[in-house]
Amino acid sequence: MAAVGGGGLQGYVVRRLLLAVPVLFGVSLLVFAVMHLAPGDPAAIMLGAQATREDVERLHRELGLDRPLAVQYARWLGRVLQGDLGRSIPLGREVLPEVLTRFKATLILTGGALLVALVIGVPAGIVSATRQYSWLDRLSMGIAVTGVSLPVFWTGIMLIIVFSLMLRWLPSAGMYSPYGGDFADLLWHLILPAVTLGTASAAALARMTRSSVLEIVRQDFVRSARAKGLAERAVVGRHVLKNAVNPVVTVLGIQVGTLLGGAILTETVFSWPGLGSMMVRAIQARDYPLVQGGVLLIATTFVGVNLLVDLLYAVFDPRIRYE
Amino acid sequence: MTPATERAMTPPADVGGAGARRVTTSALGDVARMFRRSHAAMFGLALVVALTVCAVLAPLLTPHDPNEVDTTRRLARPLSPGHPLGTDEFGRDMTARLLHGARISLAVGLAATTLAALAGSLCGLLAGLGGGWIDHAIMRSIDTLMAFPYFLLAIAIIAALGPGLVNGMIAVAVVNIPFYGRIVRGTVLAVRETEYVQAARALGVSELRLAIKHVLRNCLAPIIVAVTLNVGGMITALAGLSFLGLGVQPPVSDWGSMLSSSRQYINVAPHVAALPGLAIFLAVLGFNLLGDGLRDALDPRLR
Repeated sequence: MAAVGGGGLQGYVVRRLLLAVPVLFGVSLLVFAVMHLAPGDPAAIMLGAQATREDVERLHRELGLDRPLAVQYARWLGRVLQGDLGRSIPLGREVLPEVLTRFKATLILTGGALLVALVIGVPAGIVSATRQYSWLDRLSMGIAVTGVSLPVFWTGIMLIIVFSLMLRWLPSAGMYSPYGGDFADLLWHLILPAVTLGTASAAALARMTRSSVLEIVRQDFVRSARAKGLAERAVVGRHVLKNAVNPVVTVLGIQVGTLLGGAILTETVFSWPGLGSMMVRAIQARDYPLVQGGVLLIATTFVGVNLLVDLLYAVFDPRIRYE
Repeated sequence: MTPATERAMTPPADVGGAGARRVTTSALGDVARMFRRSHAAMFGLALVVALTVCAVLAPLLTPHDPNEVDTTRRLARPLSPGHPLGTDEFGRDMTARLLHGARISLAVGLAATTLAALAGSLCGLLAGLGGGWIDHAIMRSIDTLMAFPYFLLAIAIIAALGPGLVNGMIAVAVVNIPFYGRIVRGTVLAVRETEYVQAARALGVSELRLAIKHVLRNCLAPIIVAVTLNVGGMITALAGLSFLGLGVQPPVSDWGSMLSSSRQYINVAPHVAALPGLAIFLAVLGFNLLGDGLRDALDPRLR
């Protein structure tokens, strides 16, 4: 695709990358603030009531809490950019390897849930729109509105009661069997958590796909395609879906955020060893570096996903890159 | 934030901005007629009214105290004598706990939504009317908040402020500020360019009076729709925080904390987990259907 007046895909990518910089700066400020918004001395809170005054003062110095906030932020950001997310006091380990290991499990869960959402949501939305006001449309949209109203933690518990406790078909907890397992074992353990997490997103995706397809179906070019005698399957496949993809991709991007957030609850229900369940324990233990590491990693990933979504727009719709 | 919530961001038609009282009444009549025609919206309204009545009249609807422990009747099944919905792990009556839990869950959900709507609308109004660097600063802050996955930001704020009911409310309210901020800013920008606002400005009406009398009034319809669509998500988010032990703290309990404490008994008494979750689901479904119906009635183009 030729570049037009400094536009083109390359220019668009550079502009989007530059726009992500202030957002990432804001994210880093908020993550830094997690420790400093806490009422009281963070060092004393982290060490707990049993800590001696000397211990608190030593940690105070180690964290640089006696310096001005701007200096603390600059030092913290400098360390983060070098991959140093600090040290977890309760775990006695560096934060980065800990969060990276956990993040792998969260990504597997989120990926599985996204697959569930796509496989169920997009076809349901297309079928609904192409058979508007039919019983199938009403049924799938009824299920969709039910799906978006289901609290993820309750869906998980109900699925455990039915499929793990009553039918004994699927495992209710963990990522692998107690004595280790292979890829098939991982998939076996992934089914319930992925379905739990993906249900609400599938519902949201179905609703969005339906409304996008309905909007495109009413366009003149679709009427022309039908008028020239094109089969309905070809009209939908070749003309409608191609144009309806951008709003669906937008919702998909938002759903990645919903899934990453919802993973915190799902991991707790299914004892999935991910970042979410780790962060809940870290908050209760007031382990600020671990919480900051987890939040930073997930938020940065989400910014990356949004960037990818914007770039996909330009790929699917060449008009965008010239705007 | 559901797609239904996102679709509510479209600025509305001019509701009550100009025109005689008769026209306004007729417009409201049309909205009511359109709303009544939707079975789903009426079902949502019925659910919301029923749950609200149950919450308000909780002490009158059950003879039991929600914290009354009876160790001889632990985990009694539903339809047990004296306990129509059974008892929990401490022998406490599930009906009483669900009804009193409704008070906390609904009140906290509504309070957090109000807080978010007020703060977000103020931000949107300031950004839209102020323009320039004020608009830029507010919108960049909103972009930053939106860079976080919804629930993660609430968790991060809880991490900073500490677990608790009030902190949970603040956390989910802050997370939802961008939602209202963007709706109100969009409406303000659209209304600001209308002829009657420019005419009022030409007549020398002060900016403050302009903001309150003309701009804010036009923002009310989209804000009302947004609030209705948002309450369900708020109730879920707050229940989720309580489920993780980061929201409501004992001895107070809401539906989320009830669900959390019952998890270990699902093997022997599934009803202790099923019922609080069902209550959350019905409340959220009710508000979602009500919000969808209101949005469709106010702007049929979005259907």
